[in-house]
Amino acid sequence: MRYLPLTDNDRADMLSAIGVGSVDDLFVDVPDAARFDGDFDLSDHMAEYQVEAKIAALAGRNISTADVPSFLGAGAYRHHIPATVDHLVQRGEFLTSYTPYQPEISQGTLQALFEFQTMVALITGMDVANASMYDGATACAEAVLMAQRITRRNKAIVSGGVHPHYREVTETQSRYLDIEIDACAPDLDGREDLAGEIGEDTACVVVQNPGVFGHVRDFGPLAEACHAAGALLVVVVTEAVSLGAIRSPGEMGADIVVAEGQSLGNAQGFGGPYVGLFAAREKYVRQMPGRLAGETVDEEGRRGWVLTLSTREQHIRREKATSNICTNSGLCALAFTIHLALLGEDGFRRLAALNHAHAVDLASRLEAVAGVEVLSDTFFNEFAVRLSGSARDAVDALAARNILAGVPAARLFGGDAGLDDILLVAVSELTRPEDMDALCAGLAEVLA
Amino acid sequence: MSGHSKDLSRPAPASPAGGIDTVHGHQALRLEEPLLFEIDNPGAVGVDLPAPNEAENRLGGLERVAPVGLPSASEPEIVRHFTRLSQKNYAIDMGTYPLGSCTMKHNPRLNEKMVRLPGFANLHPMQPVATTQGALELIDNLAHWLKALTGMPAVAMSPAAGAHGELCGVMAIRAALDDREGGPTARRRILVPDSAHGTNPATAAVCGFAVDAIPSDTRGRVDVKAFADKLDDDVAGIMITNPNTCGLFENDMIEIAALVHDAGGYFYCDGANFNAIVGRVRPGDLGIDCMHINLHKTFSTPHGGGGPGAGPVVLSDALAPFAPTPWVVHGDDGFSLVEHGADAGAAKPFGRLKGFHGQMGMFVRAYAYMLSHGRDGLRQVANDAVLNANYVMAQLSDVMTAAFEGPCMHECLFDDRFLKDSGVTTLDFAKAMIDEGYHPMTMYFPLVVHGAMLIEPTETESKRELDDFIAVVRSLVAKVKSGNSDAFAAAPRLTPRRRLDETAAARSPVLRWSPEMPAAEAAE
Repeated sequence: MRYLPLTDNDRADMLSAIGVGSVDDLFVDVPDAARFDGDFDLSDHMAEYQVEAKIAALAGRNISTADVPSFLGAGAYRHHIPATVDHLVQRGEFLTSYTPYQPEISQGTLQALFEFQTMVALITGMDVANASMYDGATACAEAVLMAQRITRRNKAIVSGGVHPHYREVTETQSRYLDIEIDACAPDLDGREDLAGEIGEDTACVVVQNPGVFGHVRDFGPLAEACHAAGALLVVVVTEAVSLGAIRSPGEMGADIVVAEGQSLGNAQGFGGPYVGLFAAREKYVRQMPGRLAGETVDEEGRRGWVLTLSTREQHIRREKATSNICTNSGLCALAFTIHLALLGEDGFRRLAALNHAHAVDLASRLEAVAGVEVLSDTFFNEFAVRLSGSARDAVDALAARNILAGVPAARLFGGDAGLDDILLVAVSELTRPEDMDALCAGLAEVLA
Repeated sequence: MSGHSKDLSRPAPASPAGGIDTVHGHQALRLEEPLLFEIDNPGAVGVDLPAPNEAENRLGGLERVAPVGLPSASEPEIVRHFTRLSQKNYAIDMGTYPLGSCTMKHNPRLNEKMVRLPGFANLHPMQPVATTQGALELIDNLAHWLKALTGMPAVAMSPAAGAHGELCGVMAIRAALDDREGGPTARRRILVPDSAHGTNPATAAVCGFAVDAIPSDTRGRVDVKAFADKLDDDVAGIMITNPNTCGLFENDMIEIAALVHDAGGYFYCDGANFNAIVGRVRPGDLGIDCMHINLHKTFSTPHGGGGPGAGPVVLSDALAPFAPTPWVVHGDDGFSLVEHGADAGAAKPFGRLKGFHGQMGMFVRAYAYMLSHGRDGLRQVANDAVLNANYVMAQLSDVMTAAFEGPCMHECLFDDRFLKDSGVTTLDFAKAMIDEGYHPMTMYFPLVVHGAMLIEPTETESKRELDDFIAVVRSLVAKVKSGNSDAFAAAPRLTPRRRLDETAAARSPVLRWSPEMPAAEAAE
C-alpha cells in the first residue's frame, strides 16, 4: 500500500488527537444496514512488478497498429507523435494540476489553453474556439444544441456523410430536448444535396468534410443556402490533419466547426480519451458550451489568463446552464497544442500533404486490384472501396494474416444499412509502400 | 518578425512582486513567457518530415491556399516554452490540494507507464475484436471491480466524465420511465438537494426535466420530511450526492430510496465522493438505481489541468436494460462488443453517449490503481481519507468554525464566521494560502453554508504534510485576528501574476491571439 503515507503510529496519534478510539468511530453516520463487512470477490494488493506483469500480459494480447500494416481510420488515426509531446505532457505540473480555477497559480495551463483556442480557431478558419470538449462526437451534439439556442428552431438536418457515431451521439443528446434530428441516408457517392431540405424550422445543417466515405466537398453553396433561410451550417471534421490541406470550413462559410483533435499529439488509445474541438463565429461566443480561457490583466497591469464567461456554466447557472459539461480534455488539448506547435505552419501543411500523397498512392494501387472499386473521386487520407464480397469477412481474413485492412462500413452504420461490401481505408504519414503492397496482395487473395 | 525583438517590447511589469524592476520581466526563476505566436520564427521547424512525393492531387480543387497562420519554432524553443509554462502551475506533485469535492490525490506514475504500453496506446477502437481481446478483458475486469465495490449488477463504461455519467444515469431513468409508461413519461420533476453540485441540476435540465430543490436540514443533510412532502406522481427521480457536498454521509439514504421507489421514481447517486466509503459501503445496499464514479478522483487518474475524466455509471436491475451502447460481452469464444441497438437483444439502450467505447486510457490507469491497492488497500483508502479529514477538522475547530457537528467523511466544512468583522473576505483568506504554497480549499461551496470553506486532504497526504497545513491555516487565522486585513487583500504577492481581473475578461472577451492585436495593445 505504497500510496498511503500514514503509518499505524500516525493513525494512533491522529485518532487520539481527534478523541476517538478507532476509525470505525468516524463512520458513526453510516447506518448498520449500509455497512459492508463481507469479503469482496477481488484480489488483495500487489507489488508494482506484479501489477505491471498482469497489465502487460493484457496489452500483449492485443495487436498493436504499430506492429502490422494498418489502414484503420473512421475518426481515429495513428500519426507519429514526437517524443517531446509525451515528455512535456507528463511533466507533473501539467499532468497533476487541477482545473485552473485559481488563475494566479494556473497560468501555465491557462496560457496553453489560450494557445490551443487560437490554434483551433486558425486551423478551422473560425473566430473563436473553446478549451475543448470530450471528443468530436459529443462536440457535434453540443453544436446542434447550440444552434437550437441561437436560432430558437428545433430541427437539425444531419448529412449522410457524417460519421454515424457523431450522428448517434447527437440523436441521443437531443432526444429529450425537443430537437428533431433529420438523419439522411448514407451518402456513399458524396453528391447529396441538402439545400432543398432546409425549412423555416431548420436550426442547422450538419455536414462532415471530408465525409465519412472520404469525399471532399465545397460547402460554400450550402452555407449560403443555410444563411438565406436563417439556419446555421455546422461542419464536422473527424481528421484534424486534413485542415492542413483542405480549404477551411470557415472559408466555406461554416457557423460552427467541431472536430476530433486526436490526430495531433494523442494516441489512438482504443477510442479515448480524445479531444473535441469546438469553434464558432465570434457573435455566438456566449452560447458556446464548455470552458474558455480569456486574456486579462492582473493588479499590476501585467497580461495574464483566466477562465472566463463562466456565467454560462453549470457551476454558476445550475439548471439554466448552457450545457452540463464540466470536465474538458485539458491534457489532450495540451498534447494537441504541443504537437501543432512543433509542426508549425510548414510542418502542418507538409504533414497533411504527406498523408494525402500516401492516400493517392494507395488509391492508384487498389484501383488495380480485381474485386476492389475505389468509390471516392475526391478524398484526403481515407476513402471508401467497394469489395466483391463482404467487407467484414475480408477484414477478418486479413486480420488473421496480421493486416488491419480498415473499417467495414457496416460496423459503423449497422448491419441493415446495405453497406456490407463497403470498406473504409485510411493511411497516414506512417503508412509505408510495403504496407500498401501487403494490403493489395491480401485483398486480391481473399477476394479471389 | 523576430521573437526576440518582440520579447523586449512586451509590456514590462508595472511593479513586480519583488519590488525590483527588470528588463524582460524575468525574475530569477520566475520567467516571463510570451505566447507561441509571439516567438514565431518563420522557417523554423520542430518536426522534420520528408518531402511528399509529387503526386496527383485528388482534393477536387479544394486545396488550402491561404496560410493557416500557425507559429513556427524549433524543438528546443518549444521544449523551453512549455517547460516554462509548466512552472507556472500548482500541481499535486508539488503539494497538498485541500480542495473539497474534487479529490486531488497522488497520481502514480505506474498508471502512466501502463497506459503507454503499445498494446493499449496503438490500439484502434474499430479493429476486429479478435485483435483486441486483452483490451476488452481489461474493460471487463474493471467493470467487475466497479460492480463488486458498489454492489450493483451492471455498469455503463462509456461516459467521459462525471457530468457525462450524470447524463447517462438520468437518461437511463428517463428511458426506463418512458418504457414503463409506453410513451414520453408524464413525470416532469427531478428533486435535487440545494447543496448539490451544479452539474446535477444542469443534467436534469438537459434531459428535459424540471429541477425541484430539496432543502438541507440543520444537520447538513437532505431534509427527509421536506423531501417526502414533494413526492407525487410528477416526480421522475432524485439526485443525491453521498457522501454529500458538506462532507457528510447521508444517513437516511435507505429510507429516501424506499420513499422515492414507492412514489414510482428512481434514485440517482452522485458518486463524486466515493473514495470516502470505498470498500466499506456498497452504494447498491443503499437502494440506489444508478451512480457515476469519477475514475479520476477515486481511482487516481490524473486531472491534467481540467481533464480528461472518466465517469462509468453503475446501474440497478431496473435501469440496466437501458444502458447506452457500446458494451463488452464475454462469450464462449472470448470477448466481443455490442455496438448497435439492433444487436442488443432484449436490452433497450437509450443511445450512444460518445464516439467509440469510452475512456480506455483512464480504464487502464484506474485498473492499475485498483490492482495496486487491492480490496484490502481500498478499504484502507476510505479509512485514511476519513481519518485525515477528521484530523484536520479536529485540529482547526478551535480557531475556525465547523459548519456541522459530528465527524465528517473525507472532507471537512468550515464557514466564515471566524472572519466576521475582520475585513478579510473568504476569497482573501484563500488567496493568502497561495503565498504560503498551498492551493486554496474550495470556497463558497456548498451554497447552503455561508462563506463555505471545504477542505479535502485525501488519503495520500502524510501526517507531516497535514501538520504543516494545519500550522499554516492556524497562523493565518491568528493574522486575521491581529487586524492586518490589508495584507490579505493584497495576496497573492509571490505568484507569477497577482489577482487577475476576471470582470474585465468577461466584459470584453479576448479568447485568442490575433496578428492585428499585439500584446502591448491587448494589455492596455
